[in-house]
Amino acid sequence: MTASVIAHAGDLVELYDVIVVGAGPAGMSAAALMSAEGLSVLVLDENPAPGGQIYRHITLNAQTKRPYLGAAYWAGRPIAAVFMTSALTYAPRCRVWSLDSANPSLDEPYARVGISLGGVARHVQARRVILATGALERPMPVPGWTLPGVMTAGAAQIALKSAGLVPSGRVVLAGCGPLLYQLAVQLKDAGADIVALLDTGGGLRRGWRYLPSFLVSPYALKGAALLFKARRSLRVVSGVRRLQVEGRDRATAVRFKTDRFEETLTVDHLLLHQGIIPDTALANSAGCALEWNETLRAFQPRTDDRGCSSLPDIFIAGDGARMAGALASAEAGRAVALAVMAELSPGDAHPFEARRQGTLRECARLQRGRPFIDTVYLPARHFLAPEDESTVVCRCEEVTVGAIRRAARRGVTGPNQLKVFTRCGMGPCQGRMCGSTVAELLADEQGTEPGDIGTYRLRPPIKPLRLSEIAALPHGDADTFAVTGLHPENATDASPSLTERALCDDR
Amino acid sequence: MFRRLAPISQAVSFEFEGRPMTAEKGESVALALLASGIQSCRDSVVSGEPRGPYCLMGACFECLVVIDGVPSCQGCQVEVKAGMRVVRQSGARSMDEATPS
Repeated sequence: MTASVIAHAGDLVELYDVIVVGAGPAGMSAAALMSAEGLSVLVLDENPAPGGQIYRHITLNAQTKRPYLGAAYWAGRPIAAVFMTSALTYAPRCRVWSLDSANPSLDEPYARVGISLGGVARHVQARRVILATGALERPMPVPGWTLPGVMTAGAAQIALKSAGLVPSGRVVLAGCGPLLYQLAVQLKDAGADIVALLDTGGGLRRGWRYLPSFLVSPYALKGAALLFKARRSLRVVSGVRRLQVEGRDRATAVRFKTDRFEETLTVDHLLLHQGIIPDTALANSAGCALEWNETLRAFQPRTDDRGCSSLPDIFIAGDGARMAGALASAEAGRAVALAVMAELSPGDAHPFEARRQGTLRECARLQRGRPFIDTVYLPARHFLAPEDESTVVCRCEEVTVGAIRRAARRGVTGPNQLKVFTRCGMGPCQGRMCGSTVAELLADEQGTEPGDIGTYRLRPPIKPLRLSEIAALPHGDADTFAVTGLHPENATDASPSLTERALCDDR
Repeated sequence: MFRRLAPISQAVSFEFEGRPMTAEKGESVALALLASGIQSCRDSVVSGEPRGPYCLMGACFECLVVIDGVPSCQGCQVEVKAGMRVVRQSGARSMDEATPS
């Protein structure tokens, strides 16, 4: 058996039992399990090959050619192999630009997913949708971070995994979190010239409470080995309080400051990272309720113990629901799949429930030690809500810390009003690069927490779509009314057409 | 710029700003540019500052380029193809260029 790989929107059927968005560990595991039970499953993913970001390019890489990627990466092999040999439909290179929950009162009995595949947009329907959209790197706005040559650590890892590319010249990594150390070691093993790793983390702080459970977790040994290797082979500077990128047309130097000294390093590449947070864009645009996770300092979709969002036919699995890591996400994907199967199976759901409890236990076991990591690696306050007024926060519309803080002092009520006043978050990234910083800045100015501030309300299309693709979508009476202001039943077959009449009325 | 750990095995020829470039088959336009020493692929829409690929996973929209005449293509999401003509995206679009001739 092999997965049916679809390259053209027209080759999809109208309705699937389940649509899974994202082919990372959670999405692949959920889809494989459901298809094995006979459900019709469609998996939509942006990348050309399965794996998500963590196992990116996993089916195309040879361990002998890229040994520096490490054992944690190759653990994705069997997950992807099961996925690609499952009886499911898989659409790579597919953009998902909208999601609507079923609305029986409007004669829409199924969830609708707007996609663009092979240059053609269309809608596909499903009884249930599982969002396995994974995580994004938390933005790390510092002065000069928009200069070419500055990238996220994740970006450098993608270049390494998918194309065997390493940054040449002098490389500095800055920020905090396990991924930063992992990448530093990977790049070093691959032959990059790592000048320094500048750790901006705040140290143990409240983390000691979680230390015992961390020490007996699978993370402990791996983490200790990684830190040891990084500190032995690289220059690691701890307690970095200030960071600034310098250069005219590209980054040429990084200036940093600790409590003890200040230094400037010349660089060709600066890689920034301060942890990862759930990618909530699609859930947000569908109207799923979001909640503030204080431990992670990030918004996440609200889900019940089955993984169901606030909308009954939309489930969320893996890092897109709450940060768990790759292996736990694969288990979480299976648990959500079992919950969905219990709902869709006409008869007795008990066998699924027993399996689901087992999967949840395994998921919990894999996440032991996680609270310690989340707490210890929480970015320092001034890197979440920067103080330097000239620092760009919204990279698309070039809105600065100063502009946002001034708007907040004038009484802006939240991110959506801020967007109207300043264009912050109005560019093509739709707030993916500024949303978390904006919530932190507004909360900082108004003496409250981001959970009280909220985040941008996103609207479809959440991924770019050509106007010609939208125009070619089939449209119904409601769409005609929305555009022309005329009810189709009032229109006659005689010319002028609805559109022409509407234009005439406007004049 | 970025360095290739292994030499190109299946070469694809494309153009950037009229200059001939070579990439590995299957890689994205953004990676192909980075591997060719191109760090900046567009000018920002407000101040016109140079920008380059930032996240490489489709989230940041910093790698926008014009590909075969189509503006605002995400370089990291488009696979490089033989004969592709890639041009820098300069600032915001004006009404004049948007008006069909």
